[in-house]
Amino acid sequence: MSLWQKHAIFEKNSIVLVIGILIVVAIGGLVEIVPLFYLKNTIEKVDGMRPYTPLELAGRDIYVREGCYLCHSQMIRPLRDEVERYGHYSLAAESMYDHPFQWGSKRTGPDLARVGAKYSDDWHRDHLRDPRSVVPGSVMPTYGFLEETDLDYSHIDQNLKVQAAIGTPYTREQIENAQKDIVTQTTTDSPDAGDLAKRYPKVNARDFDGNPKRITEADALIAYLQTLGTFVDFKLYDDKANIR
Amino acid sequence: MANALVPTKRMTIGEGGTALAFVALAFLTIVIAAKAYTPGYAFHAYLFCAMSVAAVFIIFNRYFERPAERPPLTIDGKPNYNMGPVKFSSIAAMFWGIAGFTVGLYIALELAFPDLNLGLQWIEFGRLRPLHTSAVIFAFGGNVLIASSFYVVQRTCRARLAGDISPWFVVLGYNFFIVIAGTGYLLGITQSKEYAEPEWYADLWLTVVWVVYLLVFLATIMRRVEPHIYVANWFYLAFIITIAVLHLGNNPAVPVSIFSPKSYIVWSGVQDAMVQWWYGHNAVGFFLTAGFLAIMYYFIPKRADRPIYSYRLSIIHFWALIFLYIWAGPHHLHYTALPDWAQTLGMTFSIMLWMPSWGGMINGIMTLSGAWDKLRTDPVLRMMVVSVAFYGMSTFEGPMMSVKIVNSLSHYTDWTIGHVHSGALGWVGYVSFGALYCLVPWLWNRPLYSLKLVNWHFWISTIGIVLYITAMWVSGILQGLMWRAYTSLGFLEYSFVETVEAMHPFYVIRALGGFLFLVGALLMAFNLWKTVISAEEAAPERAVLVPAE
Repeated sequence: MSLWQKHAIFEKNSIVLVIGILIVVAIGGLVEIVPLFYLKNTIEKVDGMRPYTPLELAGRDIYVREGCYLCHSQMIRPLRDEVERYGHYSLAAESMYDHPFQWGSKRTGPDLARVGAKYSDDWHRDHLRDPRSVVPGSVMPTYGFLEETDLDYSHIDQNLKVQAAIGTPYTREQIENAQKDIVTQTTTDSPDAGDLAKRYPKVNARDFDGNPKRITEADALIAYLQTLGTFVDFKLYDDKANIR
Repeated sequence: MANALVPTKRMTIGEGGTALAFVALAFLTIVIAAKAYTPGYAFHAYLFCAMSVAAVFIIFNRYFERPAERPPLTIDGKPNYNMGPVKFSSIAAMFWGIAGFTVGLYIALELAFPDLNLGLQWIEFGRLRPLHTSAVIFAFGGNVLIASSFYVVQRTCRARLAGDISPWFVVLGYNFFIVIAGTGYLLGITQSKEYAEPEWYADLWLTVVWVVYLLVFLATIMRRVEPHIYVANWFYLAFIITIAVLHLGNNPAVPVSIFSPKSYIVWSGVQDAMVQWWYGHNAVGFFLTAGFLAIMYYFIPKRADRPIYSYRLSIIHFWALIFLYIWAGPHHLHYTALPDWAQTLGMTFSIMLWMPSWGGMINGIMTLSGAWDKLRTDPVLRMMVVSVAFYGMSTFEGPMMSVKIVNSLSHYTDWTIGHVHSGALGWVGYVSFGALYCLVPWLWNRPLYSLKLVNWHFWISTIGIVLYITAMWVSGILQGLMWRAYTSLGFLEYSFVETVEAMHPFYVIRALGGFLFLVGALLMAFNLWKTVISAEEAAPERAVLVPAE
């Protein structure tokens, strides 16, 4: 009986075939995925990473909602031209609180991993309203509706609670103050800004969309964009310490 | 005594249980609709509720209209095939195909002429692009796979499809999932994981539908009269099982509330990236490859009237393909923050994958041995053979692009888009068109309306594909080179937006290619429609039916 005939066991018994398929397709995934959860060098040890403020998280949810990742990556590769164009290559640690990750796969527009603090809030507002007013030649759609839509943050504490349940280190204090923190962060020179900064170091607190009377989706999205890539201080970061 | 022979009509457990489950779902969703956090979610809850009520009505209506006895498994010793769900899925495939190609054309034009976004949030590129990919992959491709798998499994097992309501639950439930997913994207309900955009409740619904699909398929195989399970069914089975595993692995999420469409994926950052591309690449490997290889293994031998070229090659092809594919995901993450060991594994296995892929291509094309002349006379067969040639081309291009040094140029550019479309339009599209051109005449027992139109379809869309992929090759490589170009003084030569502006002519050519592909598909829809409504019955088949194996 040749080996070929032994294959008949799969062809004549559907359950054996099902089990065979399950085993064969399981191996590759297990080998590639499981170690990422326990190998300590998967995520670098860095200073400065913190969870998003409620406003930044709401902004990130808008980024996710509009499918920005389809044209913008958030992953700078360690290639000469990318590091010169966008800044230090991205670390795994920088997206450790990102549910889901938004590294992207296509750059119809530029990478956004370090866009934070590169442009003014006004530039962002104008750019969202009409991209070609500040970047002639851009093919980005207009997102003027964001500054005309009030941000719905009535349930934002639930968002933080769920994030905490799946591993983002939000404290009880942060969850309880979530709604208040949104108001504080969108108010220029708010008296509560000090409390907010204690909960979220290096936070930008000001009116982002140029309309202090309203808290809009543009406020949230710009607040998120202005933090991108700013948490880790690369003047202090030691590349060599994290060689993998 | 005649009365004793007439069985009393009773509702089956399947009918009663399903109806009860839908009543419960209707109540649950009406409560959710009332308390939903967003109007979009309320709309979806109402849709679920309306669907549930309709399902209960259909189940009862069907019960009152059906005879007391279940349909027989065989009539005069011949299997009593259940082709209703196959017919539905075939029509749905054609409908979603046209819809998906149209949306694809529109977003291609949006990239060339951004004013077409019109400032309307529902039709911006970011919302329409998932609609396009889901419509062509999951709606068009998925319906082709469900239709063909339900057809092939019955014919090759010589057994009636298992289940009574369940095959209908699979086809209708799957198409309902498409409606929920698609309208969700337009309303901004998405988890923004590529090719896994539907939110948690759509994912849950799909899980139920998919498990029933697996059970129907498997139970039909168990009913088979043939001792051997035919090779096409191995591929269908691998496709159904693996897609279930991938779907469950990639989508575990915690909803913000049962009243909110928003959820957060439990994975984060680098692990989420790896899980996502394990899923994403194998959606290509098992949905767009294994499933359509099953189509190749049934429809090409049937149409060419020749046996599969090599039985042993199909065994090697099958196991090597499904084993190697699963490893290839990390090639989507070259030079990222994913650890190098994972990237290297992904690249190595992607290159090895070239071999079983070409093994499958050889098995498909060489099936025409002794029947090559049919390529001249039968445009349907020609379409399927060209699809296998495209498969060979894109499964060479893929391993090449997975080499890290090539990927450093190609990644993030249109080259990837071109690669995907040579596989999607050339391979998946053409093998699906070929299968539908075979299936519709077989199902409705009508001769195909016009072979000449098939010929036109073939040539128009082939020109379209060539325009599409060559435009994307040039734009992708051009943009990749512009990004890394330096002046003699050592500065980056181009600003980002200069590289965007350089893409414009290629985006216009790409849209033209997509337009031609759409025109071809419209010709096909017309041809199939004329076939279905024709009064003329097909000539009877040959006296002796030769099973494809």
